[in-house]
Amino acid sequence: MSVTRKDVEYISELARLKFNSEELESFTKDLNEILSYVDKLNELNTDDIEPLSHPVEGVNVFRDDVVKPSITTEEALKNAPDNDESFFKVPKVIGSI
Amino acid sequence: MLPYKNYSEKFLLIKEGKLSLVENVKFFLSEIEKKKNLNAFNSVFSDDALIDAKRIEEKIKTGEHGKLAGLVIAVKDVLSIKDKPTTCSSKILKDFNAIYTATAVQRLIDEDAIIIGKTNCDEFAMGSSNENSAFGNVLNPTDITRVPGGSSGGSAAAVAAQLCDVSLGTDTGGSIRQPASFCGVYGLKPTYGRISRFGLTAFASSFDTIGPFATNVEDLALVLEILSGKDELDSTSTDKVVPKFSKNLTLDNKIRIGIAKEYFGKGISPEVKDSIDSIIEKLKENNIEIVEISLPHTEYTIATYYILTTAEASSNLARYDGARYGYRAAQNSNLPDMYKQSRSEGFGKEVKRRIMLGTYVLSAGYYDAYYRKAQKVRRLIKNDFDNAFKNVEVILTPTSPFTAFKIGEKTSDPIEMYLSDIFTTSANLAGIPGINIPTGKNSEGLPIGMQLLANQFNEMDLLKMSYFIENKIL
Repeated sequence: MSVTRKDVEYISELARLKFNSEELESFTKDLNEILSYVDKLNELNTDDIEPLSHPVEGVNVFRDDVVKPSITTEEALKNAPDNDESFFKVPKVIGSI
Repeated sequence: MLPYKNYSEKFLLIKEGKLSLVENVKFFLSEIEKKKNLNAFNSVFSDDALIDAKRIEEKIKTGEHGKLAGLVIAVKDVLSIKDKPTTCSSKILKDFNAIYTATAVQRLIDEDAIIIGKTNCDEFAMGSSNENSAFGNVLNPTDITRVPGGSSGGSAAAVAAQLCDVSLGTDTGGSIRQPASFCGVYGLKPTYGRISRFGLTAFASSFDTIGPFATNVEDLALVLEILSGKDELDSTSTDKVVPKFSKNLTLDNKIRIGIAKEYFGKGISPEVKDSIDSIIEKLKENNIEIVEISLPHTEYTIATYYILTTAEASSNLARYDGARYGYRAAQNSNLPDMYKQSRSEGFGKEVKRRIMLGTYVLSAGYYDAYYRKAQKVRRLIKNDFDNAFKNVEVILTPTSPFTAFKIGEKTSDPIEMYLSDIFTTSANLAGIPGINIPTGKNSEGLPIGMQLLANQFNEMDLLKMSYFIENKIL
């Protein structure tokens, strides 16, 4: 499979990334090279193979749902690019999308 | 030069009053300053380290001290330490200060280790040469025109250049073992889940592991023992019993070594092959049983690895949106634009490349063809190891096909760069532990590394055989 420049534009939209024309060109080339390399996996017949999503296949881990101390509002806001006393501030959302 | 070979010697010297811990920390700080050109550190905690040294030296004298009292440790800058910067060597986290401490680091601190600083690495641990750091390349201490390997390049270089006793790195596809090989030090990637990932910035959650670099096997074993064990804050950490790794290093059980032909094929440098062949010969002379094994899906590891890790990365890195923390672009007219602009200005090229690939393989219509397919091949690769470990306890391979390459040599070709991890990604796909053992130098004086792999949770045999090789073979 291969990707076109238009596909790459679409993927960048999904990934919330923005590229200029030159970058789009270069990512299209890179992605195509990588995708043609990984096409190698199609040499293998995997019809009856169970996918492996986790290397150590254990059972589910449960714990009691108990309220425990967490970080404070002050700590949570410490690294915020923009905030007021208790909220993160972002550009206006209503009417902008 | 350091007046000790490992931590137990250092501890004795301090205890007997023959070594001042404060002077020892001052020595490391002055070496860090002198070797600033290596660019191994993103931040150095001079004041804190000296205060700790004074306090811990007292504790050692009174006999009330932790198991790592006075061990000087550098930490890869993807692990959080409360109120210290955690940048992941990315512009997007340049001004970020952690609000809690990673469990792995806390366990070291609780045992009276001294954290001297945070080491440079590839951005978000994505890379094989440390050329993807937003704060510049790390140079290889053996030859400053060459890369230290990656992604934990700063951690490997710091130990190799004697800027600390031990360091922590992370290994998602070889990021501890490959730089250890390029810099000529020991580096251990534990079993997935052996060490809590709480406080580690996520790259690929089903692959990420934390592990130590050291100049000797004893120190690796000791630090691994402290780092290991269940942590409530990471549900994937295992509650399996942690063996006393450091107390049981003598080879007292039969350990068979498997050699897989797939790891000695074309592409491997003749000098690397010769070095490892000579070790295999010496092992035979020492009556270690060598068994030929096969890992037939080896050639599919890199493809499988890049599909799955980029998929996980694209999801994990979605959190960097400029809203709650991290870099926010100055120009943003609306919310989606703020996300895009902040991410595009904040991430480096390789990180973007991987987010793009990961987003593509997870997108509607391609999920089954790529992501699902790779998960199935991951099973085949793990099955290979399950079968191999029925007949051997340890598998011996080169760590990388070649020695440290020149800065800039592989930056223009992503696939060529990815292939430098061809022998290491399999351990992360299968969740098994692996170690780099420095075996010698090539004709240019560059370190050569050999890898040992063991089955999940069998770090003990891995360390025993490494200790035997370190003391009887090398």
